[in-house]
This record gives sequence, C-alpha cells and structure tokens, in this order.
Amino acid sequence: MATLATTTGLPRLLSALSYGDAAQLDRHLDTHGPLPAERELDARAIVELVDRSGLRGRGGAAFPTATKLRAVRAARGQPVVVVNGCESEPISAKDALLLCELPHLVLDGAELAARAVGAREAIVAFEVPNTAVRDSLETALSDRRAARVDATRFSLFAAEERFLSGQETALVSQINGGPARPTFVGTRPTDRGVGRRPTLIQNAETLANLALIARYGSEWYRELGTEAESGSRLLTLVGAVEQPGVYEIECGTPLGALFEAAGGLSGELGGVLIGGYFGSWLPAARVGQVELSNAGLARHDAALGCGAIVALPDSACPVAETVRVAIYLATETAGQCGPCVHGTSAIARTLHSIAEGKAPRTAFADLDRWAQELPGRGACHHPNGMAHFVATALKTFASQFDDHARHGPCGACAAESVLEIPVARPVRS
Amino acid sequence: MTAIRVNPIGCVAHGLCAEILPERIALDEWGYPIIEPGSIPAELEAHARRAADACPTLALLLERD
Repeated sequence: MATLATTTGLPRLLSALSYGDAAQLDRHLDTHGPLPAERELDARAIVELVDRSGLRGRGGAAFPTATKLRAVRAARGQPVVVVNGCESEPISAKDALLLCELPHLVLDGAELAARAVGAREAIVAFEVPNTAVRDSLETALSDRRAARVDATRFSLFAAEERFLSGQETALVSQINGGPARPTFVGTRPTDRGVGRRPTLIQNAETLANLALIARYGSEWYRELGTEAESGSRLLTLVGAVEQPGVYEIECGTPLGALFEAAGGLSGELGGVLIGGYFGSWLPAARVGQVELSNAGLARHDAALGCGAIVALPDSACPVAETVRVAIYLATETAGQCGPCVHGTSAIARTLHSIAEGKAPRTAFADLDRWAQELPGRGACHHPNGMAHFVATALKTFASQFDDHARHGPCGACAAESVLEIPVARPVRS
Repeated sequence: MTAIRVNPIGCVAHGLCAEILPERIALDEWGYPIIEPGSIPAELEAHARRAADACPTLALLLERD
C-alpha cells in the first residue's frame, strides 16, 4: 500500500497510515486534530462546505454528496446515517483498508454527516466474514466512547457477503431484517429507508473525505483533482504490477503513472480492466492515453466506478478470465428480475461455450443483442454492469474470443486466475 | 405526457402487455417485455392504460413524465 509520491499534496486520506499501531485514535488526532465543534461548523455549514468542495460518492455512482445531504435534510422524519463499508466488489480493498487502518477518519465523517442531516444514530455496515473490519471498528468505537468524541450513537451491522450486498436498497433491506436484495420502490432511501426513516447512505471513502474537508476546507480539497472531480481517490490495483495494493491518486492522474507508482509492470500487459466487475476492458496499447478521471475515461467508454483496476498479464487468457467473472456475476443476481436472471445466465453459458470451442453459430450475435437488450431492465444495475463488462471484453479481446470459438481452449486457459472470484456459497432463497 | 415502466421484480412474463400494445412493447426470448423508450403518443394512451390494467401482477406502470 502506498501513495503516488510524485504528486505534491499526497497522501491525504492515507497520511496517518501505519500498520498495526494500537493507539489509532491518538495518532489520528495527532495527525489531523479534533473535529470542528458544532458551534464552529453547524449542519448548514457542513452542507455548504461539502457543496463547495465538489465531493462525490466513492462507492461507484459518483453522486454529488451535497445533493444527498440536502435530500435527507428535507425529508420528513428522524434521519439515520448508514456507513456503507460492504465493498462487495471482489477485487476492491480500499474501504477495508480505511476501516481496518484508518477507522477514525470514516467515523469522523459519519459523525459529521449525522450532524449535517440531524441524525442521532449511525449504522456502520460491513460484510459478515470480514472479522478484521469488525475488530477494528469495535476497538475504534470503544476508544471514541471513552474519549467522548461523538454526539452520534453508533452501531455495527454485519451484511451478507454477496456481490449485491452493498447496493443501497439491498443494504437497507438487510438492515430492516429482509434479504440482501435490491428493492423496486417509488421512494428513495433518502426519503424512506432504514425503519422507513430518511436514510443517508455513504460509502466509507466518501465519509473519510468529509472528515478532511471539515478540518482543512473546500479550497484545500480542490487543490487536487479537476473542477468536476475534486480531491484524491483511492484505487485498488491488482495484477501484473510489482506492488499491487491500494493507491491514493489525484483525480486525472495518467494510468501509466499509477503503474509506475506500483513499481512498474511485472511483465507484458494483455489488457486493463477499469472499474471492477461492472467495469470496462481496455487494450494494453491504450494505456498511454488513459487518464484516471471519469471525464478522461468517458472517452474510452469507461468509468472509475469502485476504483478497482486490474493489469491483466499477457500470460493470462482474457477469455477464461472473462468467462469466470461472467459465471460469478450470473450466480450473483438477486434472482428477482426475469431479464437479469435469464439474461446473465444466457450470457455466461454462451461465453463458456465459446471458450470451450463449442459455441452455436449465433453466439456472437446473441451476445451483442443481449448486451443491447439487458441494460435498464432490472431493479438494480446488475444487468447493466455485467452487459458492459462482457461487451468491452468481446471488443477488446475480439481475436482471442474468435480463436477460442474456432479452436477451443488455449494453453493459458488453465492458468491460475488473475481476477479473483469468491468461493461459491449456497444462495439464500 | 405518459411513459411506460415495468416493475421488473413484479413482472413474471405473462406477456399480455405486448399483445395489447405491440406498437411499444416487444417480448424478449424469455417472454419479458422490452419497452420502446420515450413518451406514449396520445392516440396510444388508451391502449397503454388497457395494457397496464391487464397485467396480472400489476407490474406495468404508467407514469406522467
């Protein structure tokens, strides 16, 4: 784990990082100082500050945080704050890093968010098998209670380990005692969420940014990044680099500079996946043209999403890698919406048949059609994300897919997978 | 203006909507509706209303846009 030392003003979020230090709260306060008291920074002032900073959600959707704060403030009822630390994306590790090593930054952000929307209660949600996150949060909350840091009452919530677990409405459903499935409702969680109360759900990294903005101001925040995408970003980089890990970069950094910060490539590059398993594949030849901002990536039909990036080595088979992820995503549908259940499964089966060299004649035409038809026809973005992931794979690795369709598995198909797939577990009905 | 939306959780592919409003609704290979995007022209509004009323799971929604 490291930061881009070439950019001045970094690290920000990761500046107090020092692994295994027990006295986290002391170190946190030594590094950043106490939170501004309410008389210095009241609810209205927080919202205005966030608005000026341009902070956007870091969970994937990049929604303006100030807009969300205002929506919850305007809603009727006693609001509640939910810290989304689920990070269901298998290759993303940045939220777990924050929650394990810098929990006070996230909890400060939650305290400020609660102040901003008038909530007395905050729920910190994480995925159930992650005991390191749970231990870290329990210690951090107990230290904060002893030091009387918070006006907000904090509780922990262990969410299911499912790909869709952190989806906003699926998370609300679980906290309300229901299944880890998205819901289709006319109202948003900001109006009616946990216990039918107005609910502010923010990603852990977003809240960590809020903790810094409250202390150092919006102008300081905008010293890094671009007009539309201010501040720094945490990215999880895995694959063919010397030092995989979580990196803090300035929005707009060239992809090549990120690779350099990670000690450079560890071998020939076969392609790059940007934005995790709902993301976009790009050809290796394009690396020099890619800038890590949503504006820059839009030119390549890509987005940062959850910030997970894979440098796929040339030695890996992109077809086998894509098929494995497609099968995983097909098994991770919530099982509620017909087009998603049938569509994702048909895509996965057809891709598998191509990889095996046993594809029907219509395979590629079918995949193109499903990629067109599927998006927007589920209660959440699962079908959209998978369709995009597969469509960009077919485009980027067209010749490899064609080879497999003609000749079957290649020599690299059986190689160990680069794209991590969580172990199969029984699907809850 | 009126737009059609499907509640994808409620829809179980009865397919009546596509029979009543083929001008705007097609079915995919599993029988689930694919809705033509955009507002419904005035002359089709009555048919759209009939399609929504006919849906056995009440999953076809007409919304003012």
